[in-house]
Amino acid sequence: MEDFKVLLVDDEEDFLRSLSERLELRDVKAGTASSGEQALAAVRSDEPPVIVLDLKMPGMNGLEVLRKLKKTNPKVQIVILTGHGSDKDREEAERLGAFAYLKKPVQMDVLMETLKRAHKKFKTVKHAVDTALMASALAQAGEVEMAREMMKKEQEEGEEDAKKRGK
Amino acid sequence: MRPSNGPRPIGGRWRRRPHLSNDSKSRLAAIGRRMLPFQAAGEEPGRYGVLRRNMTLLMILLTVVPLSLMAFINHREHRKALRAQTEAPMREILVRTRHSGEIFLAERRSAISFITSASTYEQLADQAELNRIFQVMKQEFGGFIDVGLIDASGVQVSYAGPFELVGKDYRDQEWFQEVLVRGTYVSDVFLGYRRYPHFVIAVRHLEPDGRSWIVRATVDTELFSGLIGSHGNVPGGDTFVVNRQGVLQTSSRHYGAVLERVPLDLKDAGLEPLITETVDRSGRPAFLGMAAFETVPFVLLYVEPRGTAWEPWYTLNNELFLVFIASIVVVFLVAYRLASSSVSRIEKSEENQRRALHEMEHGNKLASIGRLAAGVAHEINNPLAIIDQKAGLMMDLTENIPGFHLGPRFGELASSILNAVDRCRTITHRLLGFARRMDVEIRDIDVNDVLQEVLGFLEREALHRGVQIQLELDAELPAIASDRGQLQQVFLNILNNALEAMPEGGKVVIRSWRPDEEHVSVSIEDNGSGMSQETMKHLFEPFFTTKAPGYGTGLGLSITYGIIKKLGGEIQVDSELGKGTTFFVTLPMRASPEMGA
Repeated sequence: MEDFKVLLVDDEEDFLRSLSERLELRDVKAGTASSGEQALAAVRSDEPPVIVLDLKMPGMNGLEVLRKLKKTNPKVQIVILTGHGSDKDREEAERLGAFAYLKKPVQMDVLMETLKRAHKKFKTVKHAVDTALMASALAQAGEVEMAREMMKKEQEEGEEDAKKRGK
Repeated sequence: MRPSNGPRPIGGRWRRRPHLSNDSKSRLAAIGRRMLPFQAAGEEPGRYGVLRRNMTLLMILLTVVPLSLMAFINHREHRKALRAQTEAPMREILVRTRHSGEIFLAERRSAISFITSASTYEQLADQAELNRIFQVMKQEFGGFIDVGLIDASGVQVSYAGPFELVGKDYRDQEWFQEVLVRGTYVSDVFLGYRRYPHFVIAVRHLEPDGRSWIVRATVDTELFSGLIGSHGNVPGGDTFVVNRQGVLQTSSRHYGAVLERVPLDLKDAGLEPLITETVDRSGRPAFLGMAAFETVPFVLLYVEPRGTAWEPWYTLNNELFLVFIASIVVVFLVAYRLASSSVSRIEKSEENQRRALHEMEHGNKLASIGRLAAGVAHEINNPLAIIDQKAGLMMDLTENIPGFHLGPRFGELASSILNAVDRCRTITHRLLGFARRMDVEIRDIDVNDVLQEVLGFLEREALHRGVQIQLELDAELPAIASDRGQLQQVFLNILNNALEAMPEGGKVVIRSWRPDEEHVSVSIEDNGSGMSQETMKHLFEPFFTTKAPGYGTGLGLSITYGIIKKLGGEIQVDSELGKGTTFFVTLPMRASPEMGA
């Protein structure tokens, strides 16, 4: 399995320690942050592909963090994992663009499966963005035909992907 | 297909006694009944009994009192009028009779007075002359028995009559003294020497030269009796004269002969005729009239029986009384019926109100329990997550350390913890679901379709358990506007319970029908183990379960209840231990999410 990085954000240190250790055992590189502010700082220094985010935290709460990250780091996939989730929070999180909404305590295989999907989505999004960036760079350099072809290919790949997921 | 009035929901027994206090009250009452076996039959009348009684009494009072008053006044006035009508002729008879009596006496007195004054002493002393005068008196006046001359010393000088009384000395007799003082004297009736009733009239004459003499005559009472008795000829009427001591002076028809004593009270007798009520000799009611004579100390009495004149009045009275009694009976009946019907109406509406209140309370209780449960679930989830992670980590670690001899044992323990966490997770997640404000999605749906779908989920389970499922669905059932997903959950919960309560080879009957224009009903009947009253009472409360620990959260039916209420429907249950359970779900044609909130 291809290893990837995850940032865990939760105010329960104990929970963070165990979860990160378990993820490490499953070949996931897990960073931790015990508050919303720490999380934002960690993302600024090194953007992880996936963040596991608690909602109810002292200081900046999860929804706030989610809102900010979606502006600054739109590619990052955010999985909400909370024990306090009400339906209102769930709707709000989904509206803000959270990748998934899980309730504590979560079964490890469910979490792992969600993280993998989130990682895959991150890669897809990153690829699309990178392609677009490269295309625009090529276009700026005068290679317009090449850029157009690149975008077209990317679009087809995306559609195929969507088809697969639809099944 | 069942007729629409068939399986009506049985009036929710669990809802009638939702309060512990009521319950303990009834338990106390039961203990009381056991201790006092004789009181068991005489249940206290209760609040409605008292109300019914008071209303009846008030109505009776309001009608009977004026009715009685009217009857009483009418009775009295009528009687007064009748009495006046009776009294007038009686008065007249009394006055007339007395007048006749007075004239009779006055005539006799005048005759004696005339003889005394018109004749000289010598004439009167002459026996032959006196005899002649006596003959004239007898002829002209009648009733005279004898006449005699008495000198001033009280000695009989001459006498005309049937006895030999010359020389008799009256000096010491009371009447002689009185005639000397008063000039005239009329005696009471007495028997005297002559041995038959008579009375005496004596008149004194005073000559200018101071000589005086007295003429004394006796009068037969028979003539006087006849005169008095001839008045008052009413059938049963009786006229007679008594002296002040109540001794008869004339003969009477019913009160005895002359000189007998009459047992009547004469104290009030005066010149003015007085009419009183009394009873006659044979005990019948009668009117007694009395009037005193002016010139003699006699009282005239007139007794007239009441019967004849008053007969019509009594007949009328009796008839009116019957009408009165009949109307009172009618008033009683009507008052009782009215009070009963209005009290039972009040009772019914209060019962309804109470039931509605209970339902509301029950709903509120469920809602607040739900909120509390959700709060608890939220708080527990975090520590639970830590336990979960720690145990999971332990498990991961034991798997990753080769050759650790306690590895398998630790793994086993960690796995037990994880199982326990799983159980907790199920509870907390369902709790959150219970408290969740469910988004109701109203669409037109066919209840029969929903039932079929749900059965699709459960077919394998039923087959596995050997349970037979019988459908009696109304093919004509109209589509209703409700939430398909929620109804699925409702029927799934109920059917799950039914299947779990069922032994091998049981039977579940699912019916649907239309109780009225506005509703659709579904009943799910099983012949499983049934449940006790106690269980039914708590059936819809969260966390109430009869399953072994770890096999049920006790939330299924409370969620079901919440959904049905939210959809504006009703859920009721009827169950008998050992016989089976029937759930009744009634849904409105148009559900509005606010209805049951």
